[in-house]
Amino acid sequence: MSEWLAWILMTLGAAFLLLAGVGLFRMPDLYSRMQTATKGSTLGIALMLLGVAVYFDELGVTTRALLVIFFFFLTAPVAAHMLGRAAYILGVPLWEGTIGDELKGCYDKKTHRLEDPFSGSSSHGQSEGRS
Amino acid sequence: MNGFLWNILLALAWAMMTAQFTLANLVVGFGIGFLILLFARRMVGLGHYPKKLRQAIELFFFFIWELIKSNLRLAHDVITPSHYMRPAIVAIPLDARSDLEITLLANMISLTPGTLSLDVSADRRVLYIHEMYVSDHDLEAVRRKIKDGFERRILELLR
Repeated sequence: MSEWLAWILMTLGAAFLLLAGVGLFRMPDLYSRMQTATKGSTLGIALMLLGVAVYFDELGVTTRALLVIFFFFLTAPVAAHMLGRAAYILGVPLWEGTIGDELKGCYDKKTHRLEDPFSGSSSHGQSEGRS
Repeated sequence: MNGFLWNILLALAWAMMTAQFTLANLVVGFGIGFLILLFARRMVGLGHYPKKLRQAIELFFFFIWELIKSNLRLAHDVITPSHYMRPAIVAIPLDARSDLEITLLANMISLTPGTLSLDVSADRRVLYIHEMYVSDHDLEAVRRKIKDGFERRILELLR
């Protein structure tokens, strides 16, 4: 029973890792590539580790697998955020099918300080007077 | 959070008393510890703990559900030859204020495929995300989805 469950989890995990790899080729720009590459692989690795935990069925292995998943889920988004931010500041172009870019012109050219587009308008109700 | 630590301690105490350090026994200990805390919550000053635990579990399953749903949509787009995606960078005004709230929200957004948090404005009032599937050119709908989904649940849990 647990062997079958492990088999299913690992196959699913491998499938998601494969999808992440294919997505890397298929997607048109850096941002959408990062979407498939970071998320697909995170879910794939989580499923594989769950499969390992189910297969061995020992407390030591299970806690270690869960901890690895936890730290993976904690660190992967940070890496993706830093890569995306760096790419945007360097001016990596968005795909031509992109329908909106509300980040445009918000970065200070020199300091890379990010201003808030709503601070000028009062439409969002949270804009008390700031410099 | 405090209540959760107490519950874990009670689970460990149960495992030590019964001298069986298996996962199943720890889960049983956690359940018994939860019942004890449920009955004694007024005395030990953990009145909100049962509600918070329920909200945490709800957030967890909501997150897993979003993860699976959006992964399948992205997988479909990767496999089929044409692109269905309509990506856009959307600015989301934040109600979350503390470091923990913003970090948790940004991380959960990043982990769900289709949305990727790019940056937070210097005054920490706006989060910029890259969203893959904007239907009908409606950026407001994306804002609403994030605010009603992840942000509302996270704020309910942490406040």
